[in-house]
Amino acid sequence: MEDASYMRRKLVDHAVRGACFIAALLAVVPLFSVLYYVASKGAGGLNLAFFTELPKPVGEEGGGMANALVGTLELVGLACLFAMPLGVLAGIYLAEFRESKLATVVRFSADVMSGVPSITIGIFVYTLVVLSTGHFSALAGGIALALIMLPTVTRTTEELLKLVPEELREAGLGLGVAKWRVTMRVMVRTALPGIATGVMLAIARVAGETAPLLFTAFNNRFWGGALDEPIASLPVQIYTYAVSPYEDWHRQAWAAALVLVTMVLVLNVTARVLVRHRVRAR
Amino acid sequence: MASLHTDQKYEKELQRLRDRVVIMGGSVEDMLDGALRAFAARDADLARAVIERDRGVDQLEIEIDERCLQVLARRQPVASDLRFITTALKIVTDLERTGDLAANICKRVIELKQLAPAEFELPIGRMGAVAQGMLRNAIGAFIKRDAPRAARVMARDESVDDAYAELFPTLLQHTSGDQESLTRSQALQSVGRYIERIADHATNIGEMVVFMVDGEDVRHASLRPDNATAH
Amino acid sequence: MTAIASSINAFRGVASSVPDATRPVETAAQSRLEVASKKIEVEKLHAFFGTAEVLKGIDLPIYSTKVTAIIGPSGCGKSTFVRCINRMHEVTRNARTTGRVLLDGRDIYARNVDAVTVRRRVGMVFQKPNPFPTMNIRDNVLAGLRLNGLSTRDGETIVEQSLSRVALWDEVKDNLGRSGASLSGGQQQRLCIARCLALEPEVILMDEPCSALDPIATARVEALINELRERYTIVIVTHNMQQAARVADFTAFFYMGELVEHDQTKVIFTRPGNQRTEDYITGRFG
Repeated sequence: MEDASYMRRKLVDHAVRGACFIAALLAVVPLFSVLYYVASKGAGGLNLAFFTELPKPVGEEGGGMANALVGTLELVGLACLFAMPLGVLAGIYLAEFRESKLATVVRFSADVMSGVPSITIGIFVYTLVVLSTGHFSALAGGIALALIMLPTVTRTTEELLKLVPEELREAGLGLGVAKWRVTMRVMVRTALPGIATGVMLAIARVAGETAPLLFTAFNNRFWGGALDEPIASLPVQIYTYAVSPYEDWHRQAWAAALVLVTMVLVLNVTARVLVRHRVRAR
Repeated sequence: MASLHTDQKYEKELQRLRDRVVIMGGSVEDMLDGALRAFAARDADLARAVIERDRGVDQLEIEIDERCLQVLARRQPVASDLRFITTALKIVTDLERTGDLAANICKRVIELKQLAPAEFELPIGRMGAVAQGMLRNAIGAFIKRDAPRAARVMARDESVDDAYAELFPTLLQHTSGDQESLTRSQALQSVGRYIERIADHATNIGEMVVFMVDGEDVRHASLRPDNATAH
Repeated sequence: MTAIASSINAFRGVASSVPDATRPVETAAQSRLEVASKKIEVEKLHAFFGTAEVLKGIDLPIYSTKVTAIIGPSGCGKSTFVRCINRMHEVTRNARTTGRVLLDGRDIYARNVDAVTVRRRVGMVFQKPNPFPTMNIRDNVLAGLRLNGLSTRDGETIVEQSLSRVALWDEVKDNLGRSGASLSGGQQQRLCIARCLALEPEVILMDEPCSALDPIATARVEALINELRERYTIVIVTHNMQQAARVADFTAFFYMGELVEHDQTKVIFTRPGNQRTEDYITGRFG
């Protein structure tokens, strides 16, 4: 009797465990096949020229995506420039004045905004910046990406500040330190590695955005250094090349995809390492 | 005591300790009663029976000391509990000494057994009765936590001391040169001294009971400054 | 107490015991101890969280270079009380106070007094050791100075002095660069006390400083309190009555936001004057 029920329990245990294992395995299959596919298709297109040369005119073989690489860095840089100070400070406000009316409104808006499809944000910035200035620009692209980053940075900062024990605030105040100094030099300082992680994840997310850039930064076949000019970016370049009829462009699109995936992967891994490091320091 | 301890085991420990002290007090009272009756009747058998009981009292003393030690070590009593424990520790010594003194009276009774009580011994009997009353009241005050009653015990000590002071000249008057008379006077003198000491111990118990109940140290008034000072 | 010290205290006592009809009724300890000077006088102190009144008119003197213990059941307002003495209470949302807290005769709640300044003179040690996790041991000791933007030119001296005073110097002098979080709980708490001492406060408030520590670490902190009392006025909140009995010169018993009894510790623990105190310290509570 007891033996039978024991055997049954053991059997069910094994069955459930097996099912979970298979599900977990299946879940990572797409990720690894994407990585594998992108790597195998893209590796062939990678060469020095890809990183250093501008695109060749239509029909000519060779050339590279140096402008799109730099463009992506510039757009992400611009987005960080706008979103980081704003998002971090807003996050500090949310964490410090948790129950104020404004905080509730801001928190709700941030949550709504992070759910808005990125193409909508593209159209919004198109209407606001591109139409009013009359042309596509790096600035508009940067703003669009910043708007996508902003809610993530804000909420991450808030959540990580909330994780800092209140005892540390009390310790600071108890030492006769002014409130703002405690906030900045104790609370934010303690949460900083976590906030950095959050910002990095946000960057990783916007680095691959294509839709909002189509309406804002558009594209540029040449070096587009200035803020008020259209600028190339990897995602848009991938899109453009992928839908073209030219074999060489397809090859380059795969190479660009590989570079983009690698960038995102590196950012993600760095973020995780930072978190683990912080946990170990505890 | 207004309310009971939240920890019922602790409450029981204290209750049991109090019970043991009460039992020991009762035993000592019985011993003194027996000793005084044996003395009055020159009853050597009764005297021997009383002496026999002293062992039991000594055992109780050891047991109570051990219980007090356990409570002190494990409960860290404070305030009224602390006063109760320290009182128990001290009055147990007084009770044990009183038991010894009652036994001593009985030993003298055995020595005196051939000599019938004489008229001039009566003050000793009266001293004995007063001391017995003091002891009974001191123990009663302990049981009932009755500080005024304990204070009255202390007030009576002087009358016993006075009676004892008068005993010596009386005995001297009735002592002739023969050996028998000398032995008798010596024994009676000892019995008087024992009783006087028993009254002192009853007084000590009374003082401790006042301390236990009111938290006030009423001993040796001359040694204490009027105001408590800081360190 | 040396003869000189006691005569100084006697002089202070005279100065601070000028008759004043508006004074609240003296506590038992005050009437017994007219010679010690008062570092802090709390007068009609009420404290609120929103509409809830957690302290209902406390009058309590705190004597200079003495240890005052605050005891009482959970929720009696004892923590709130010490937090009112360095204006930490008002840090909590919706928290406010009325009444006066005189530090050397000056009301710390007066309009022109800055809470930050008060907290530098009245240091605080918390229930849970809370060294700053982002700082090493040295920086933790200097945190009060650094965060306040004060000079740390004598940093090394201050670090050694403060850590020596809490008897931690020998244990950590070779590892000053290690994280404060790497220390044991007891060491962390002593580090926090050192951090407090580095600011040279006059009064040290301790809110259940040993409740997270084992008995050995507790004994060390208590020994430390014993040494600190020579220079500092200490107020310690404790759940542990034996601790109050061991370390405090004075003990105040709080119950439901009221001061029930305040007296010398030796009186409170042998013959308290109030039945509720008696019931609480002997474990006869409800």
